[in-house]
Amino acid sequence: MAVMAWFKKERKPRTSQRARLEIPADAWEKCDRCGHIDLREKFEKSLNVCPECGRHRRFSAEEYIELLTDTGTWRELNAALRSADPLQFEHYVDRVASARKKAGEADAIFTGAARVDGLPFNLGVMNFRFMGGSMGSVVGEKIARLARRSLEKKIPLVLVSTSGGARMQEGVLSLMQMAKTSAAIAALRNAGIPYISILTDPTTGGVSASFAMQGDVILAEPGAVIGFAGQRVIKQTIGQDLPEGFQTAEFLLEHGQIDDVVPRGSLKETTARLLRHMQGQRPHHMESVEQLA
Amino acid sequence: MASAYTLEFEKPLQELERQIEELRRLQTERQIDVDGEVAALQQKLDTLKGEIYSKLTPMQRVTVARHPRRPYSLDYLSTIFTDFIELHGDRLFMDDPAIVGGWARLAGVSVMVIGHQKGRDTKENLKRNFGMPHPEGYRKALRLMQLAARFGAPVITLIDTPGAYPGLGAEERGQSEALARNILEMSALETPIVTCVIGEGGSGGALALGVADRVLMLENSVYSVITPEGCAAILWKDASQRERAAAALKITAEDLLRLKVIDEIIPEPLGGAHQDPDATGERLREALIRHVTELRKIRPEKLVRRRAEKYAAMGTFVES
Ligand SMILES: [Zn+2]
Repeated sequence: MAVMAWFKKERKPRTSQRARLEIPADAWEKCDRCGHIDLREKFEKSLNVCPECGRHRRFSAEEYIELLTDTGTWRELNAALRSADPLQFEHYVDRVASARKKAGEADAIFTGAARVDGLPFNLGVMNFRFMGGSMGSVVGEKIARLARRSLEKKIPLVLVSTSGGARMQEGVLSLMQMAKTSAAIAALRNAGIPYISILTDPTTGGVSASFAMQGDVILAEPGAVIGFAGQRVIKQTIGQDLPEGFQTAEFLLEHGQIDDVVPRGSLKETTARLLRHMQGQRPHHMESVEQLA
Repeated sequence: MASAYTLEFEKPLQELERQIEELRRLQTERQIDVDGEVAALQQKLDTLKGEIYSKLTPMQRVTVARHPRRPYSLDYLSTIFTDFIELHGDRLFMDDPAIVGGWARLAGVSVMVIGHQKGRDTKENLKRNFGMPHPEGYRKALRLMQLAARFGAPVITLIDTPGAYPGLGAEERGQSEALARNILEMSALETPIVTCVIGEGGSGGALALGVADRVLMLENSVYSVITPEGCAAILWKDASQRERAAAALKITAEDLLRLKVIDEIIPEPLGGAHQDPDATGERLREALIRHVTELRKIRPEKLVRRRAEKYAAMGTFVES
């Protein structure tokens, strides 16, 4: 991961000693890149982006839903899908149970319908806290159903990815979810329904090698680690250290793999503008502009 | 013969083979008639071989699937296909020798054959990168598939890879994108696709040649979302637990047939495909002809619709 070492040396925590004394210790948060210390409230207000260095810290699935949808428009779909244990893989049932306790009932993705800047769209947001955002049969089915809904209702699809890859405990069935989701995205492409893929930290393995890299437009958050193989595996295979910034969103942009790196604060606006372009619609402020002959 | 590559569980066979060889040597050296003894030992050997191979553990099957004498894509291309013309390169960056492909004939019919290719010795393995493709390999494969579709030819893919290569250049040039693109395009390719896993089916790197109307597996091949070693390292922080991982992951041909991920198992000769490559090839050829013949009767649009429906139905979940 891109750790900008020189930042650490130059910047010192700015909050004064006195202010810190007055506020309980657990109200403070520290940026893991630049060491900036601030009130948790301050981090939250800036979308969990460090106000000092711009580091995009992890954002929860629920927070992305709130960020990307117009207030009060989100309606969750297919919330009742649950993982089965097709391989009777040791401890899988227990692991899913504890993940549900920790990260909610939605498995590793929330799917639903909402509006963004007034436009109806279908939104899926992966949940990293649920077994590392791993894709098993439930994730595959939810995405396939959401894509089918987009096809039937002719409204665009947006997927926010964060995942360590396929869910090992469902074996080859989890591998097949790559084909299942891809076939669903192919149907959208065939029908001319826009699909925007938003990559957040981290997006790797089977998710990056399927729907996450199949967007008509692919956006990524600053600093997000995105790639097929895990860094430990690559290091072991090639027997050398990885270059600074390897597999970051900026690295992918430079190598022509994604359309743009977009800060969290601009994701909603960018998504809405892209959807308008792809659906032949004009932005609100352009209603009066003369049409091309 | 097999001694150079005898697998751990084949050791009991080795002793019998040695005894047979010894008797034969006596026969030629001293003109003694040992036919009766040899026949008895041979029968014992076959029985033991049958016993051993009928109860291989999943990890033992992995070692058979990875056997360095096992027939590879180019072996089948030279035995069960005719008129093969290899086509190279992705037209973008380079040719990746870890995947081979080109026009060939199956029972006289023009088909596009694409397969992973491992090397048999160190030199060849360096060239073939142990059958682990870079993005260029997958892009070449897709180019050839689309070429086939344009001329109405069926596509046959042969899967045999530990996985897509995890390296710097592979990541820089978009390994994820290459795999994702193949998987998507194969799901909608308007021509018959028949896949056979002939050795190792390693995760996304296998699937990127494996989205098909019919998926077959050779009896001792394996197909998995992760290697048993990788799974063991992640779950139990211990790669030596690979036996346990191989069993848990359900990676054998029988497992995959039961999970409805594949359509047919092609039996291998006793002792594995490497014991009799020609007989293995003959069975593979028969199965490929049968499936291609069936699929060629179906209109391309219907084929694609059925393929999409097949993958849409994959997975197991509960809806409360
Ligand atoms: Zn910072």
